[in-house]
Amino acid sequence: MSQPTLEPAKAGDSSPRSFVGGLADSDLVASFLSQKIIVAAGAITLVLVLAAIFAPWVAPTNPFNPATNFLIDSLTPPRFAAGGDARFLLGTDDQGRDMASAILYGLRVSLTIGVLSVLLGGAIGITLGLIAGYAGGWIDAVIMRVADVQLTFPAILIALLLDGLAQAILKNSNREETAFGVLVVSIGLSFWVQYARTVRGSTMVEKNRDYVQAARLIGLSPARILARHILPNVMGPVLVIATINLAIAIITEATLSFLGVGLPPTQPSLGTLIRIGQNFLFSGEWWIVAFPSLTLAILVLAVNLLGDWLRDALNPRLK
Amino acid sequence: MTDPLLSVRDLRVEFATRRGPLVALDGISFDIAPGEILGVVGESGAGKSLTGLAIIGLLDPPGHIAAGEITLSGRRIDNLAPAEMRKIRGRRIGMIFQDPLTSLNPLLRVGEHLIETILAHSSLTPRQARERAIALLDEVGIPALEKRIDGYPHEFSGGMRQRVVIALALCAEPALVIADEPTTALDVSVQAQIIAVLKKLTREHGAAVMLITHDMGVIAETADRVAVMYAGRIAEIGKVGEVVREPLHPYAKGLMAAIPTLEGRLARLAQIPGSMPRLSAIPQGCAFNPRCPEAFDRCRVERPPLLAVGDRSAACWLYDRGEAPAVARGIEARR
Amino acid sequence: MIAFIIRRLFASIGVLIAVGLIAFVMFRYIGDPVNQMVGVETSAAERAQLREQLGLDEPVIVQALRFLLHAARLDFGMSYQFKQPVSSMIGARLPATLELAAVASILSLLAGIPLGVYTALRRDSALAKLFQALSLVGISLPTFLTGILLIYLFSVTLGWLPSFGRGEVVPIGSWWTTGLLTLSGLKSLIMPAITLALFQMTLIMRLVRAEMLEVLRADYIRFARARGLSERAVHFRHALKNTLVPVITVVGLQLGSIVAFSIITETVFAWPGMGQLFLQSVQNVDIPIMAAYLLFIAFLFVVINLVVDLLYVCVDPRLRASVRGAPG
Repeated sequence: MSQPTLEPAKAGDSSPRSFVGGLADSDLVASFLSQKIIVAAGAITLVLVLAAIFAPWVAPTNPFNPATNFLIDSLTPPRFAAGGDARFLLGTDDQGRDMASAILYGLRVSLTIGVLSVLLGGAIGITLGLIAGYAGGWIDAVIMRVADVQLTFPAILIALLLDGLAQAILKNSNREETAFGVLVVSIGLSFWVQYARTVRGSTMVEKNRDYVQAARLIGLSPARILARHILPNVMGPVLVIATINLAIAIITEATLSFLGVGLPPTQPSLGTLIRIGQNFLFSGEWWIVAFPSLTLAILVLAVNLLGDWLRDALNPRLK
Repeated sequence: MTDPLLSVRDLRVEFATRRGPLVALDGISFDIAPGEILGVVGESGAGKSLTGLAIIGLLDPPGHIAAGEITLSGRRIDNLAPAEMRKIRGRRIGMIFQDPLTSLNPLLRVGEHLIETILAHSSLTPRQARERAIALLDEVGIPALEKRIDGYPHEFSGGMRQRVVIALALCAEPALVIADEPTTALDVSVQAQIIAVLKKLTREHGAAVMLITHDMGVIAETADRVAVMYAGRIAEIGKVGEVVREPLHPYAKGLMAAIPTLEGRLARLAQIPGSMPRLSAIPQGCAFNPRCPEAFDRCRVERPPLLAVGDRSAACWLYDRGEAPAVARGIEARR
Repeated sequence: MIAFIIRRLFASIGVLIAVGLIAFVMFRYIGDPVNQMVGVETSAAERAQLREQLGLDEPVIVQALRFLLHAARLDFGMSYQFKQPVSSMIGARLPATLELAAVASILSLLAGIPLGVYTALRRDSALAKLFQALSLVGISLPTFLTGILLIYLFSVTLGWLPSFGRGEVVPIGSWWTTGLLTLSGLKSLIMPAITLALFQMTLIMRLVRAEMLEVLRADYIRFARARGLSERAVHFRHALKNTLVPVITVVGLQLGSIVAFSIITETVFAWPGMGQLFLQSVQNVDIPIMAAYLLFIAFLFVVINLVVDLLYVCVDPRLRASVRGAPG
């Protein structure tokens, strides 16, 4: 009779098959599968992501092609409600655009901006954090001062400010093309501080470890040491921050668009759609605001659930 | 012999894991007489602390008592309701932990710790409680009392903190004090002092002590009897002098031989080859058999219970009358 | 102790100056201040005269200093869009925002802390799990969605509460106006306050819960139990106190961010506060207002940070000792 072992594939064994086998057997996957809500959240997120990626092919119409929108169709209720039209599953807005299609495209934009800004903020933050933690001295002091000043403001304010400034600098001329990039940069820049601080802390701890001293003795350049040795060891907390940030990034973009300083109605995100819809709340065309709101809420909820689960699963002390 | 104060019979502690229950303590049995000091010694992971926690009812889930009985002064305490067990803690059984800095709440003054414990177990007024607290601090040897009692834990040195902890454990005059590695976190120079304080106070208050440690030297100096633990089981138990001078169990022999002494010739330190098995991979039969120089076939198949050898016990087939009788008779003859 | 306070004060002033300089850079270099202020017909000579009047020809350092000095006197120049002094515009809207923020803060604390404690202590109960689930929804709903939802429910469907504006306000003293003393003012305050408070409340609840669970694992809690203290003493005398200490910092910062989040709430409910003004200024690139708002927020946060730091030192005896510099 063989004894059951408690550990998954050993750390030193890094072949792909053992990794997958170890992963499949590990506590992480077991914890995932054991909670139905998390599985549901994962499934929903996957569906939404796929829908977003394949929006141009999945959507019934292209709502932003002026040729296919007819004003005569505007303000049609959803198919299942009274007065609905079979063509429009979720109704149309005041421009005659199909809500279902608009939501799919809007989802695409929202997700893309969310992911890109998290990646940007993460890249900047991790880099600066590594540098600050490793170099120490005045470089560290400067970076941390800047971080402190930025931390006096909530992220949304920073994003708002950067957005406004960018518009001012770019002079509103080609607002529609630049809105996307401006949003990614603004939101990304509002986030880097958290990554930087965490990574800096971890770097400072790792810097004194033996394996780093050894690498320096061999003569590896600091960049190499940072990238190949220290970076993998600080990624754990970074992953946790990233999952929290993704939800916040999506909310921030939606908020900025809702406030009117994000994406314009010609290339709307879910936030823009909600902004448009709010105007029709009192006049009874509830579907224009309801469906984008629902989509946004479900998306963020699913991402948050996944993030929560990941946080709990990665936290060694809770085991 | 008088009735034992604490009696543990076949205690089994398990941890419920995803892959099935993990057995951490596998059938522990021992007694503690009133006022006696029982040392519990063994490597890290042998289950010493768990035994103490199980007795006082502070096992963290998913650990739980799966089988066995714990009796205090004739009354069973392992199956009490939480509210009942709470009455026993502090009042009948006290416990001291390893790190005095983290044992005290950094936001509360030392005096507040003492007074709240005194008030919880008696009907004194706060004023009387404060006086009693001062008296206790005096007993454990903390000078400059009036100022000290209002100090915060971080203002004390490690040794002083542990004295406070001892005072706290003895506030309500428990009959048994479980001391879990009380000196491990302290400087060597302070360790002897703390052990002395512990001994003095428990003698004066008539309390028995279960002294858990991996430091054999402390046990040799302090305990009346000693239990040697290995892989969640007791390997040998008996009077301290006998076990140290003439250990029966091969593991205990290895332990005693590994203690460096200043007398005698300087030779290489004796080692026990291998290491204690993980709880998930305890060998069949006697847990020590893979590392035992005296192991034979029966050891690999059947687990030995604690076998009586005189007034000592050892969990080793060497001392079963049926097997290797020469060894046992040899010991009997020498006695 | 005094040295500590002075050090923190200097750091705070440093931050304010840094933000002030950023605001100055915005002010001077984003767009041309002169061109923003005048119409198209103004002659070049008049523009030159205005430039000299504003001191735009002087060295940058002098301009920066002048800007900072004016800012310290709460003089932020004139709004490009409204042609009025910025400080009086902000001043007129300050009471609306501050009242809303204060009520929302109190609400989020009163609800968040007890809920956090409850869900930590009774973590396996059905009610706690429900609150945990609701809290997840709470932080997933963007503020504006909460507002819209509330409007739909209470204004459109039930018609109980007004969906925009502040209601009737009563002047207090020479400058402040309050909506707390009129029924319509209170009714108008309810939904915006709840909207603003919800996000913060959920954050506080989750934070308190996490912190308390962490504290309950500490050695001193185990020792307290080993001493036979009652569960109530363990939870409230030991665990709660130690939980709230680190929570103070985060809560303080959160309360500061409520003022920033009021931008959104004010937009949804057409609440006449500073946030709405700021948003308009962003949309219209009205730099003086943007700069002034920025400095105001910086000031607010710096003050909050300072207060929190001082509070921390007062509450945690370990910090008091290190600050005083004398060991026990």
